[in-house]
Amino acid sequence: MSAPANGTVPKLRIRGLKKAFGPKQVLDGIDLDIPAGTSLVVIGGSGSGKSVLIKCVLGLIEPDEGTIELDGKNLLAMDRKGRERAVATMGMLFQNGALFDSLPVWQNVAFGLLARGRIRRAEARQRADAVLAQVGLAPSVGDLWPSELSGGMQKRVGLARAIAASPDLLFFDEPTTGLDPIMGAVIDGLIVDVVRRLGSTAIAITHDMASASRIADSVAMLHKGQIIWQGGPEALMSSGNPIVDQFTHGRREGPITMELRR
Amino acid sequence: MDRLLDAIAAIGRGTLGAARMCGRITLFALDGVSQIVRPPFYPRMVGRALAEIGYFSLPVVALTAIFTGMVLALQSATGLARFSAESQIASLVVLSVTRELGPVLAGLMVAGRAGAAMAAELGTMRVTDQIDALTTLSTNPMKYLVAPRLLAGAIALPLLVVVADILGVLGGYIIATLKLGFNGHVHLNNTLDFLETQDVVSGLVKAAVFGFLVALMGCYNGYNSKGGAQGVGSATTAAVVSASILILAFDYVLTEIFFIR
Ligand SMILES: Nc1ncnc2c1ncn2[C@@H]1O[C@H](COP(=O)(O)OP(=O)(O)OP(=O)(O)O)[C@@H](O)[C@H]1O
Ligand SMILES: [Mg+2]
Repeated sequence: MSAPANGTVPKLRIRGLKKAFGPKQVLDGIDLDIPAGTSLVVIGGSGSGKSVLIKCVLGLIEPDEGTIELDGKNLLAMDRKGRERAVATMGMLFQNGALFDSLPVWQNVAFGLLARGRIRRAEARQRADAVLAQVGLAPSVGDLWPSELSGGMQKRVGLARAIAASPDLLFFDEPTTGLDPIMGAVIDGLIVDVVRRLGSTAIAITHDMASASRIADSVAMLHKGQIIWQGGPEALMSSGNPIVDQFTHGRREGPITMELRR
Repeated sequence: MDRLLDAIAAIGRGTLGAARMCGRITLFALDGVSQIVRPPFYPRMVGRALAEIGYFSLPVVALTAIFTGMVLALQSATGLARFSAESQIASLVVLSVTRELGPVLAGLMVAGRAGAAMAAELGTMRVTDQIDALTTLSTNPMKYLVAPRLLAGAIALPLLVVVADILGVLGGYIIATLKLGFNGHVHLNNTLDFLETQDVVSGLVKAAVFGFLVALMGCYNGYNSKGGAQGVGSATTAAVVSASILILAFDYVLTEIFFIR
């Protein structure tokens, strides 16, 4: 391979990514680089395509155009086996948890481990308990059903399931939405912890500026299908970009409102 | 003239849409079946599906079969009396039940029970991202969710139909002996004398096909549902309606294959 070994190949490189649903151009040429071992936070209005972007990388949605390179290799050009192998190195916390409600909590957490085989059920249970402990849940929670958990506990179980197989690339879709501020801070802390401990690369979506500044090495704003701004979390609140400013300060008046009115 | 063209265009669009739909369902079925034979296997999921389709449908199918046998005996008693052929009640009941009513009625009942439940379960999994979550956890949802149900459908319905056959004959027996005053021994002899292996086997083959169709329509509609609770609701309706129609259509085709030469 032509790429030098000194780490200049980003973990994830996205170029010209486009996706339309019918007449609606949701992603309109996304360019993003995410260096290995860093955390990127993506912000953007509701319905701006943040979840779609992540699902394209995971192969859950087939983009119309563009390239997605993982360690310098284009995922979209791989065959199914190669793609499955690549996705196996990723972990995802879904926006609404997406826990399997027909399985108890511990089997949810250990699902990826059991699916990849080479592990017995008793051992899987132990691993599940260990991961549950990492997200602050007692082993007894493992025997409950997802429907018996509060929203915050479901988020934490979802987080446990995402990190159980120690993935290289982690996605968090609104990890703190719907949690109280303290639990939000706890989850943010967990994410930072996990990413550092695993040495993983992470992409998180959030609407919560405090959360963004806690998690991010870098922040990107998605608007009208494109990345219109990217910078460090310290620059977020004073970006000088009118769209980002309006978003981060939650102002009613500004370029975004005017577009909605038109 | 314009209106005529519009009408033709509408018919054409409808036909193309239906053809596309058939194509999609066929591809879905082929994918699902090919996943049945390739590892990894999920015996736990097959067992769960067998219980859901087979075991829990037993009461419904049993009641349907008993009453059907009873009605058949009663109806044929009055009908056959016109030809002075009341002695044929036993064979009429057993042939109708094994060849036709057992598999068809059991299929329709299972479509309403298990097919609807499958569509609702898979539909909910789809709209809550659980199916996507499977993919991110190195599990092919076609293999984990769809293949076990297709297999279980094709196995469970024939087993149910064996029960339905027996209970249907029993229903006829009850009416013939208790109400119509036939000798029980003679009735049973008549039942078995006219029964050929092919009658039962053809009914069981039908049942396997119907069970597969019920599971296929439940899975297809659930797997592809979108749009929240309402989407899941319409997927469930579509699963039951399409499975019922397919059962009746395939019933005709299979009957033609088995009995017309
Ligand atoms: N499977 C799909 N089929 C059709 N349209 C879709 C699909 N998935 C997403 N969309 C559309 O794409 C747009 C972006 O959706 P997406 O879920 O990515 O938004 P988001 O940025 O994550 O918003 P939120 O912050 O509310 O989660 C929406 O308008 C949605 O209607
Ligand atoms: Mg989203």
